[in-house]
Amino acid sequence: MSDRQSILDTVSAQIEPFNKKGVAITEATTFQHDLEWDSLTVMDFVAAIEDEFDIIITMNMQAEIETVGQLVDAVSKLKG
Amino acid sequence: MTETGLQPEALSLDPAPVAAANVPGRDLMSKFDPLIAERQKLLDSGVIDPFAIVMERVLSPTEAVISGRETILLGTYNYMGMTFDPDVIAAGKAALDQFGSGTNGSRMLNGTFRDHVDAEAALREFYGTSGAIVFSTGYQANLGIISTLAAKGEYVILDADSHASIYDGCALGNAEVVRFRHNSVEDLDKRLGRLPREPGKLVVLEGVYSMLGDIAPLKEMVAVAKKHGAMVLVDEAHSMGFFGPNGRGVYEDQGLGDQVDFVVGTFSKSVGTVGGFCVSNHPKFEAVRLACRPYIFTASLPPSVVATAATSIRKLRHAHDKRAQLWANARQLHGGLTELGFRLGTATADSAIVAVILEDQEQAVAMWQALLEAGLYVNVARPPATPAGTFLLRCSLCAEHTSAQLDTVIGMFADAGRAVGAIG
Repeated sequence: MSDRQSILDTVSAQIEPFNKKGVAITEATTFQHDLEWDSLTVMDFVAAIEDEFDIIITMNMQAEIETVGQLVDAVSKLKG
Repeated sequence: MTETGLQPEALSLDPAPVAAANVPGRDLMSKFDPLIAERQKLLDSGVIDPFAIVMERVLSPTEAVISGRETILLGTYNYMGMTFDPDVIAAGKAALDQFGSGTNGSRMLNGTFRDHVDAEAALREFYGTSGAIVFSTGYQANLGIISTLAAKGEYVILDADSHASIYDGCALGNAEVVRFRHNSVEDLDKRLGRLPREPGKLVVLEGVYSMLGDIAPLKEMVAVAKKHGAMVLVDEAHSMGFFGPNGRGVYEDQGLGDQVDFVVGTFSKSVGTVGGFCVSNHPKFEAVRLACRPYIFTASLPPSVVATAATSIRKLRHAHDKRAQLWANARQLHGGLTELGFRLGTATADSAIVAVILEDQEQAVAMWQALLEAGLYVNVARPPATPAGTFLLRCSLCAEHTSAQLDTVIGMFADAGRAVGAIG
């Protein structure tokens, strides 16, 4: 399993507790429109991802991330 | 993943359809349609508009006339009841007579008068610091200080429940912004530990968080910040005058007098007028005046305002009786509402804010209206301003509330709470 695939799997697993609508997760899934997360949910989720990968996703970076795929890319880069 | 934090409502922005040549441009105001619809729905349900209250007359720090009715005020930030203090009023009138109604200028150019300098002197005396800078509002103090202190490539680390002015200070500046879970020392420690060692870091905390009235564990948080080499700013807007031996705030109460680098505060709460400030012992603090845009590019406060502020601050230093009365009032209200069975934001009377947590917007607004019609004003607060999606009726005490007034207030809460089913 590639590193990217493993990050995607972990991110998808982290999404589940917040996935109240049971949306099927793909790399194209958007947090705001598909998952319909409000700002508080986003905050809890980001904190969970940061702790899982031991990274910091600054609010500046978060503003650029709209889809699951973009988040996986950002995590890959931050894990470096 | 658009992130707005505890800020004004995020609006869904559906992309405009591709415009044909003869189609008029998109109406910029259309983005407010969801907000307009939500407000209309609330008003259609027959309630009074909570955001259109007018104080027709103000009778005292604790009473006003609203819709022709004498109303007890339990939702102002007039904690120390200084707004009608005779010395404060006299100072304002004298300044109005001597210096006129306004300054017509920025602090940096022609807008610094005798009483701006005097208000800064009063702040240095009150906080025991070498530096004090007065801003035109508390909001602008946070906006200016945060955006100026932390530059591109540096970090601001803030509590997730921070006030909008702190978030907006970050948005105005160019630093990287990192959040930690509300009041979690462990979370702050972890996040600071993940940041690169070299860049400058500013940890921004609040003494009292204004929605629930809870207190920050500043002692532990400041220790963690120092361990990681970060500087610390504490916003003490909701604690000035009644926390700590000299009334400086929660940081003083927790014995951190010499460990906090910057304290931000406001004149619009305990001081009883309008304005904001930052105090510091940093030897280069004055340089902020030369670089801070929300200080430079705005008009300074009117002379009467800074004169009232200076007089009020000097009186607050010795306002021991008011301080004791305010705490007694907070305990009386917190105890009374707890006894009635309300769910409150804090387990004990930790601050001068008592937040009543309700089920949903309908219940919160219905109860707010029942209280108003009975002659009591409190603040109604809703997400995203509130933490964890809660709907609150926020009560803030004043040192001038009498015990008898608070008995009346508790009785009104009992009736209104039963009427809307918030208590049994």
